[in-house]
Amino acid sequence: MEQAHQGAGGGGPKQRAVELGTALLTLLFGFIVVYGSLRVGAGWDGGPQAGFFPFYVGLIIIGCSVLNLVSAYREDPVALFAEYSQLGQVLKVLVPSCIYVALVPALGIYVPSILLIFVFMVWLGKYGIPLSLAVAFGVPIFFYITLERWFLIPLPKGPVEALLGL
Amino acid sequence: MFDNFLNLYHGFGIAADPFNILLMVIGILLGVIIGVLPGLGGANGVAILLPLTFSMSPTSAIILLSCIYWGALFGGAITSVLFNIPGEPWSVATTFDGHPMARSGRAGEALTAAFTSSFVGAFFAIIMITLIAPLVAQFALQFGPAEKFAVYFLAFASFVGMSKEPPAKTVVSMMIGFALACVGLDMVTGQLRLTFGFTELLNGFDFLIAVIGLFGIGEILLTMEEGLEFRGKAAKIDPKVVWKTWKTLPRFWVTSLRSCIIGCWMGITPAGATPASFMSYGIAKRVSKNGKNFGNGEIEGVVAPETAAHAAGTSALLPMLALGVPGSPTAAVLLGGLLIWGLQPGPMLFVEQSEFVWGLIASMYLGNVVGLALVLTTVPLFAAILRIPFSIIAPVILVICAIGAYTVNNNVFDVLMMMVFGVLGYLLKKTNYPLAPLVLAIVLGPSAEEAFRQSLLTSGGSVTIFWSNPLVSTIMGLGLLAGLWPLVSLLLAKLRTTPQPA
Repeated sequence: MEQAHQGAGGGGPKQRAVELGTALLTLLFGFIVVYGSLRVGAGWDGGPQAGFFPFYVGLIIIGCSVLNLVSAYREDPVALFAEYSQLGQVLKVLVPSCIYVALVPALGIYVPSILLIFVFMVWLGKYGIPLSLAVAFGVPIFFYITLERWFLIPLPKGPVEALLGL
Repeated sequence: MFDNFLNLYHGFGIAADPFNILLMVIGILLGVIIGVLPGLGGANGVAILLPLTFSMSPTSAIILLSCIYWGALFGGAITSVLFNIPGEPWSVATTFDGHPMARSGRAGEALTAAFTSSFVGAFFAIIMITLIAPLVAQFALQFGPAEKFAVYFLAFASFVGMSKEPPAKTVVSMMIGFALACVGLDMVTGQLRLTFGFTELLNGFDFLIAVIGLFGIGEILLTMEEGLEFRGKAAKIDPKVVWKTWKTLPRFWVTSLRSCIIGCWMGITPAGATPASFMSYGIAKRVSKNGKNFGNGEIEGVVAPETAAHAAGTSALLPMLALGVPGSPTAAVLLGGLLIWGLQPGPMLFVEQSEFVWGLIASMYLGNVVGLALVLTTVPLFAAILRIPFSIIAPVILVICAIGAYTVNNNVFDVLMMMVFGVLGYLLKKTNYPLAPLVLAIVLGPSAEEAFRQSLLTSGGSVTIFWSNPLVSTIMGLGLLAGLWPLVSLLLAKLRTTPQPA
């Protein structure tokens, strides 16, 4: 993160930093599990209480996270996790996907799917509008017919579908 | 013993039903597509399609889903040979010799060898399942809660001992799975735990969502990072090439047999298909008289990993059927399916649902024969699918994953969860945490915890119950050995080097 001023394509976050971060994350997760288990009781009350099993699971997570933290600390401090250009590629998929997923509860699955495929093809694939539109509408329509009509599995719908009376 | 053959015969009667044969064909074709596309694999492909089977009879459903699994196993080989891109982790070793063969114009030969050895490996494993699974199940009928927990312990400990990732990372990944499995309503006390007041977490984490996120979304992110460039070789398989290749294959019977045994062993202990394929390739390279030429397009270098991968992938179903402990993530998803269809996996399955079990085993035989015939004839079609650029494939797969995640519980919150698991999957994969133990732990968590609690209840809280009789002590002992194997082998290596200072 601090090497952002290096030339594009060459730099990137270090594998070691990410490993340390991941180990800290699992460590935190372990503490949350232990805390949650203690809240419902992790002892013995005529039998194991609800938090009994997860409590020890949490303890093991904490123990092994510390081990991972130590071994991550000893790791080669030069090796890259990924180059910034590569991470950029990942973000180009990740950000639209997150927006897509966030839109599903409000708009149903069809409209966001059309938008996602269209944006993806035009922006990242550099395809022409007609082909992109065809795929963007074709895929959701295919799923509408197979899932909702043949298998009778309802998919989430939003205001647009209600407007169309589907 | 004779009973089993009678049962198998009845099973063939069920599996050979025209509707079930049709399901096999559909399953294999879908499976190959899933295996060929990046971002869709056996585990999450089956997870996405699971909801479609809710209305089918369990036997038809498992035939469809297991055939998707065979198809995915076959499909991985196509991308490895033609594009040098392993569609599945277990076909990485197939690229070593498969792709050089394709580059020198022997793609047809390489594919025929790959498919045929896959078939041989799977067939060997199915025969083993037919012979051994009923015995294991019968033996397991006398298992009490302590023995059950010991079996789970052995299964997870072998992950720690056998995976190539650092043991502490394997343990963390596994324990995260167990912790996630605990979230929600506790079945014994009726208490809510680890939900921290979030009503969305009441029902806990569904492992299908985790599978779709970890393997599906995570894989797409990884593929995007690597920047896919498809430079595929054309493939045409005509009967002449197939025949010519088949004539050369019997020469490698030793390699095949060895790979079958490695595969079956690694599949039953949940080490899985990927290490099996590497191990088999490595040994073949060391032993074969053509070993020096491995990596330059040696047909034996395709036979060895493919046979082992399929033997492992298939035999992973043995512990799932007989003990209720799946040997691979895909087997875990199938096990989840059994639970959803109202079947209790484990030894009682052979007694109570013998029609289902033998129908499935018979369908494995038929499914693999159908699969071999199908893939040999339809390779050009699948090679064409691979030429569709990733910028079209990626959003479509995202949409498929989202639909799959939603249909599991008809819940939009699950779609958000899937995305979280996707990012987690990318991060864990990049930092060498294995994902398979995580998934298996989410699936088996509830049963493992139940067995653990019941054992402690009977013993009044004393852990000595896990060493109370020879059977449970043996299983626990094996588990400890498997779990501590990295330490043991380290010590052995030290002992061997210290006495003789060179």
